[in-house]
Amino acid sequence: MKPQTLFDKIWTAHLVREEPGQPCLLYIDRHLVHEVTSPQAFEGLRLAGRPVRRPDLTFATMDHNIPTTDRQLPIRDPIAAKQVQTLEENCREFEITLFDLNSPYQGIVHVIGPELGLTLPGLTLVCGDSHTSTHGAFGALAFGIGTSEVEHVLATQCLLQDKPRTLLVQVEGQRPYGVEAKDIILSIIGRIGTSGGAGSVIEYAGQTIRDLTMEERMTVCNMSIEGGARAGMIAPDDTTFNYLRGRRYAPANFEEAVAGWKKLTSDPGAEFDNTIHIEAAGLSPQVTWGTNPGHVAPIDSRVPDPAEFDDPNARKSAERALQYMALKPGTPLVDIAVDRVFIGSCTNSRLEDLRSAARFVKGRRVSSGVEAMVVPGSQQVKWQAEKEGLHHLFRESGFDWRESGCSMCLGMNPDILRPGQRCVSTSNRNFEGRQGKGGRTHLVSPVMAAAAAIEGHLVDVRQYELERTPSSNPT
Amino acid sequence: MEPFEKVHGVVAPLDLPNVDTDQIIPKQFLKRIERTGFGQFLFYDWRFLEGKTLNPEFELNQERYRGARILVARANFGCGSSREHAPWSLLDYGFRCVIAPSFADIFFNNCFKNGLLPVRLSEEQVEAIFQRVRKTAGFRMTVDLQKQQIQAEGGMSYGFQVDPFRRRCLLNGWDDIGLTLRHEDLITQFESRNAPLLTLPSV
Ligand code: SF4
Repeated sequence: MKPQTLFDKIWTAHLVREEPGQPCLLYIDRHLVHEVTSPQAFEGLRLAGRPVRRPDLTFATMDHNIPTTDRQLPIRDPIAAKQVQTLEENCREFEITLFDLNSPYQGIVHVIGPELGLTLPGLTLVCGDSHTSTHGAFGALAFGIGTSEVEHVLATQCLLQDKPRTLLVQVEGQRPYGVEAKDIILSIIGRIGTSGGAGSVIEYAGQTIRDLTMEERMTVCNMSIEGGARAGMIAPDDTTFNYLRGRRYAPANFEEAVAGWKKLTSDPGAEFDNTIHIEAAGLSPQVTWGTNPGHVAPIDSRVPDPAEFDDPNARKSAERALQYMALKPGTPLVDIAVDRVFIGSCTNSRLEDLRSAARFVKGRRVSSGVEAMVVPGSQQVKWQAEKEGLHHLFRESGFDWRESGCSMCLGMNPDILRPGQRCVSTSNRNFEGRQGKGGRTHLVSPVMAAAAAIEGHLVDVRQYELERTPSSNPT
Repeated sequence: MEPFEKVHGVVAPLDLPNVDTDQIIPKQFLKRIERTGFGQFLFYDWRFLEGKTLNPEFELNQERYRGARILVARANFGCGSSREHAPWSLLDYGFRCVIAPSFADIFFNNCFKNGLLPVRLSEEQVEAIFQRVRKTAGFRMTVDLQKQQIQAEGGMSYGFQVDPFRRRCLLNGWDDIGLTLRHEDLITQFESRNAPLLTLPSV
């Protein structure tokens, strides 16, 4: 038999119907739902008199528009409150499990899926959210969909899909000191550009990827969409199985399941439509300087000069970005002063992220004039972090410690930048206005964000003696 | 879904690459639970200055583009968030067709589900349209999905390709769910074949 990629194996196993000249009908094993992209889908079902086909495979939470302040208080924004209430009503009506604001399992949809063991190797998983690519870290085929497709999955538990292309990103070698998972994925996006992965599913492979913890792998897969890809995936291995063992919704016959999952690797000689190689040794901590994640550079470099871009589109985009970001070409990146620091989002709000930031801020003070906040990805992350006392470290150094949600990753709730404010953020999008109209975003890893909060400007973390830990370099 | 056969109308330019869905419709407007009424918020942060004053520097605000039905833009249009509010707001504003050298995947998909036609042309063709739009106030084109052809006065004519299945759905205004449910027996068979994998532990 022809050698198959990991993607091919999952794709083929989920084909319900294949007809030349038509998109394939693909079965969906898990459907995650949140308050913002679902109300119109449920309304569509109601209008057509259709039920949810598999409420048992559908799980919902509220994360995007909710406040991160005291949960005991009602949501003050009436339109946001209505949306949250609508999700509650829809879940009740269609009998879908909902992790609501009172649930100990509430959190960002891409944090709680893996945490609960809903995300498993070999599955197809979708959500009305582009960062669904996160779940590919487990060797699942996971991708974001629009609201019409949410309705389609609710009604049929299937999706009409054209077969995507495949892109192999092979990262080899030992990560240098100070280089985090976030830096790996930002480097990859810097290299392929924001549309380099368009129409493709990326498989990340190579020793550097193998050496990543599960949470680090999620950070990498999370930002696949920022490279334009539909999905990102990593073949499951012992790291994956060990993470999943004992999770709430993990299979009861776990070891049997593991035996099956072990087959989920790309066969030797399997063909990809494209391949790129990256040497980890050449990587350094990254920071974005512009208004899309491809506008990225090593922290020890300078704000680029748009005049040096060959491609006219790239030049135009860089010029506009620098104007928006109020940056001058040639400025050393480490000289950029910051007003706000945000540690959170489905990219970097898990326990290891918080540990790595907390370790850095321990015994240090947030620079005067900087407002810094930590928003754990889920109630479980928050609970565990508090058990370890991380919230004390953050609070003592001057960070705000919040309830879980998307928060200032997209600023649908009250956590937003004021116009002109500059924020160092562990999230995934530095688009114009993403964190608040007129706000300026620099994307970095959690430890780089922590360091920027302490120093009041961007810093190269390699100048510090970082403790080596699971979320730093494996030695 | 409203069928799409052809659209004839004023062409408006948006001369930027990588226009993301956060720009098309900023997040503060995603809290509505309806599908309608998003047009007033289209490109909100670009269209409006403080308050509700129209930004005179934003091209789309010029009188000559009033009532535009076709939007021409640059590469990687619609990148970022999967929000379907992006095509909803373009449609509600009055657009039926977006022309660009390339589109981001999810946005591209979402357009077809709503009767908004995304057309890919080459960089050169898009550039030529930009030039015509700027030169001629009230420049109009016809985008014909049946013939897969774009036409404008002065001999401008470009063919374009649309995936045959999507084209058929759009021309007929077919609802995907209805199409899929015709194969319900296959879905049921798949489910019984894979029942153990599709059974979650009860907690
Ligand atoms: S944290 Fe940000 S990117 Fe992730 S799901 Fe929430 S809004 Fe989307």
